Amino acid sequence: MNKIKSLADLKKLQSEVQSKIKLRENGDNPENLIQIKVSMATCGIASGAKDTMNYLIEELDHQGIDAIITQTGCMGYCYAEPTIILTIPGQNPVVYGYVNKTKALEIIEKHIKLNEMVDGIIPVAYSTIDNK
Amino acid sequence: MVEYNMHILVCGGTGCKASQSELIKANFTDKLNEYGLADEIQVVSTGCFGFCEKGPIVKILPDNTFYTQVTPEDVAEIVDEHIIKGRKVERLLFIDPETKETVGDSKGMEFYKKQIRIALRNCGFINPENIEEYIGRDGYAALGTCISEKTPDEVIKTVKDSGLRGRGGGGFPTGLKWELTRKSVSDQKYVVCNADEGDPGAFMDRSILEGDPHSVLEAMAICGYCIGADKGLVYIRAEYPLAIERLKIAIDQAREYGLLGDDILGTGFNFDVEIRYGAGAFVCGEETALIHSMEGKRGEPTVKPPFPAEKGYNGKPTNVNNVETFANIPVIINKGAEWFASIGTEKSKGTKVFALAGKINNVGLIEVPMGITLREIIYDIGGGIKDGREFKAVQTGGPSGGCLTKSFLDTPIDYDNLVAAGSMMGSGGMIVLDDSDCMVAIAKFYLEFTLDESCGKCTPCRIGNKRLHEILEKITNGNGELEDLNRLRMLSNVIKDTSLCGLGQTSPNPVLSTLDNFYDEYLAHVTTHKCLAGQCKALMHYSIDAERCTGCTLCFRNCPVGAISGEKRSPHYIDQSICIKCGVCIGKCKFDAVLIA
Ligand SMILES: Cc1cc2nc3c(=O)[nH]c(=O)nc-3n(C[C@H](O)[C@H](O)[C@H](O)COP(=O)(O)O)c2cc1C
Ligand code: SF4
Ligand code: SF4
Ligand code: SF4
Ligand code: FES
Ligand code: FES
Repeated sequence: MNKIKSLADLKKLQSEVQSKIKLRENGDNPENLIQIKVSMATCGIASGAKDTMNYLIEELDHQGIDAIITQTGCMGYCYAEPTIILTIPGQNPVVYGYVNKTKALEIIEKHIKLNEMVDGIIPVAYSTIDNK
Repeated sequence: MVEYNMHILVCGGTGCKASQSELIKANFTDKLNEYGLADEIQVVSTGCFGFCEKGPIVKILPDNTFYTQVTPEDVAEIVDEHIIKGRKVERLLFIDPETKETVGDSKGMEFYKKQIRIALRNCGFINPENIEEYIGRDGYAALGTCISEKTPDEVIKTVKDSGLRGRGGGGFPTGLKWELTRKSVSDQKYVVCNADEGDPGAFMDRSILEGDPHSVLEAMAICGYCIGADKGLVYIRAEYPLAIERLKIAIDQAREYGLLGDDILGTGFNFDVEIRYGAGAFVCGEETALIHSMEGKRGEPTVKPPFPAEKGYNGKPTNVNNVETFANIPVIINKGAEWFASIGTEKSKGTKVFALAGKINNVGLIEVPMGITLREIIYDIGGGIKDGREFKAVQTGGPSGGCLTKSFLDTPIDYDNLVAAGSMMGSGGMIVLDDSDCMVAIAKFYLEFTLDESCGKCTPCRIGNKRLHEILEKITNGNGELEDLNRLRMLSNVIKDTSLCGLGQTSPNPVLSTLDNFYDEYLAHVTTHKCLAGQCKALMHYSIDAERCTGCTLCFRNCPVGAISGEKRSPHYIDQSICIKCGVCIGKCKFDAVLIA
């Protein structure tokens, strides 16, 4: 590490390292943020859920949208992997199936930004352990 | 840079470390490696979360799950269930002692709801051994702004306007102290951080140094800039190895990054910090004694004035502040004096860290806004009195403080209200007592502590406290007389008025405050020779109720001194001259035949 030589340098470093702990700060008020859980059971990973997840993280970060992206286990929709659960603050969670990068981008552009549902919702009523 | 999408925070505070939190962290790392998740999930060792009683604590983010009493064996299940499958491990979640409900995340815990964390803002949040995490949380921004864009007078004004008062006990306005030290003229000045923390049961300063050492270093540098000092010294007791280690790492990192040393941030400002070790004598926390101890002399207090602000370390102007006081400074600079002053009461601004202990459900380290009531602390944050017993008093201010009774439960807590109530803020010990605690014995306990810790330099403290203790001993042994109560009060007042330093001047406080608030208990001890709480052994009398006793011989077989005799199947009796009042028999008897009076 080079010495920090000025206040401007310090601020630059600060914005670089901020993202390291941004997740922890967001964790303090998760209910106010968009949450996406990516199903990462064996079938999910085999269908490319990891790529989907990385893509979501990068794209949301790139667009400056604050969101919490985590992985979750088997959701029982193996036929539709990769699947994600999207929760917009104040709304019920929605499950999307077949979320490849193209679909992921569509979900960001339409559902997250404009609040318009897009094709691919798995229309099953279910409850998660958090709101049972 | 690696971006993690999940963080596992494992408490690395002293309490949790003692219960294997390092092994827990190592197990997490292994397990995540096994799953190939090491570059997606970060495992961080943090400072204390405050809820040490239920430690080791593991917090999982982003979903804020708060696991308590985690063992190294639990790690596999947490990874398999929570991390991989997204299901919380129910059995490790916190159970609210009042409602008996399982609480899934830390936001839902009553323990945290009423707290405001300023001094503890980074404890349990960042990795204290990583300066970048501190910088990511606005760290060193306050120092940077002060030395690049503000004059020392402007910074002092901010500290004054914030209303911050010393958290080491006395409550002296911090900005004013800085201003006084700034005004002293000298070629050399010093900033001293008092990390002696001698109060029994207190661990807030240690926790801050363990969980967020950079906040203290940053504040010391800001203070140095304000008063015109280029040298800082942290006086810390050698019994705090983890705090010392973290502090050393922090100093090295800050130097490496150019945030301590010469020409900080290219402003021409120089400041460096050294550590000095104390042997852990309570009196060494008193600032003049502390300075003598740092100079290699005996840690004995001297008369003030001169105050350290004029003549301190090596005879040079020295600004002494407490760890917690310093920890507040960077936030005050970053967020502004008004923001800080909006928290708290008229004359006590901000928050105070308390070590909550005793007969309370949620023992731990808490930070609350000044002006909160004892009731909120004890019942909302503390979860009420243990075992459903009745609240009797709360002891604040350690050996210099006093006991507050039920009638003070709704008093807003601040420096002035506590003094008016006959106690004091002190450094923040808070011990909750229930109806089974004997107040005379409590007073005796604190006096024993001061007696041990008196430096012996002046007569009232050395001999007066000894006499006070003897009288209390006499009373708790059942030999007290009514006249002793007047003697206690008179002697206490003389010691208070004539001792040289704060130790002797406050040592009779526990006696005076219990005399004031619990006179009936003292009276019962000296007149009817009864301990109302049933604590003073000498005043207890064990006997066996012949009607109830079945002669099962269980007590007889278990009495450690052979005080019980009797035939099988006929009533037993206790020889009072032999009985040592250990209480074993009462626990053994299945027929409730053993009585105490
Ligand atoms: C007997 C005695 C013990 C003390 N122990 C401590 C201590 O452990 N830590 C501390 O910060 N201040 C302690 N003080 C108070 C210090 O003398 C001093 O007032 C304080 O460190 C100033 O810092 P502050 O203004 O930030 O509170 C003690 C005072 C007395 C009389
Ligand atoms: S009051 Fe007690 S501790 Fe203080 S100088 Fe006198 S003897 Fe020492
Ligand atoms: S244990 Fe109880 S019942 Fe048995 S001999 Fe002792 S007093 Fe009597
Ligand atoms: S109190 Fe202890 S010493 Fe006394 S009789 Fe019971 S068991 Fe024996
Ligand atoms: S040491 Fe772990 S919570 Fe305090
Ligand atoms: S010790 Fe000096 S007068 Fe007693």
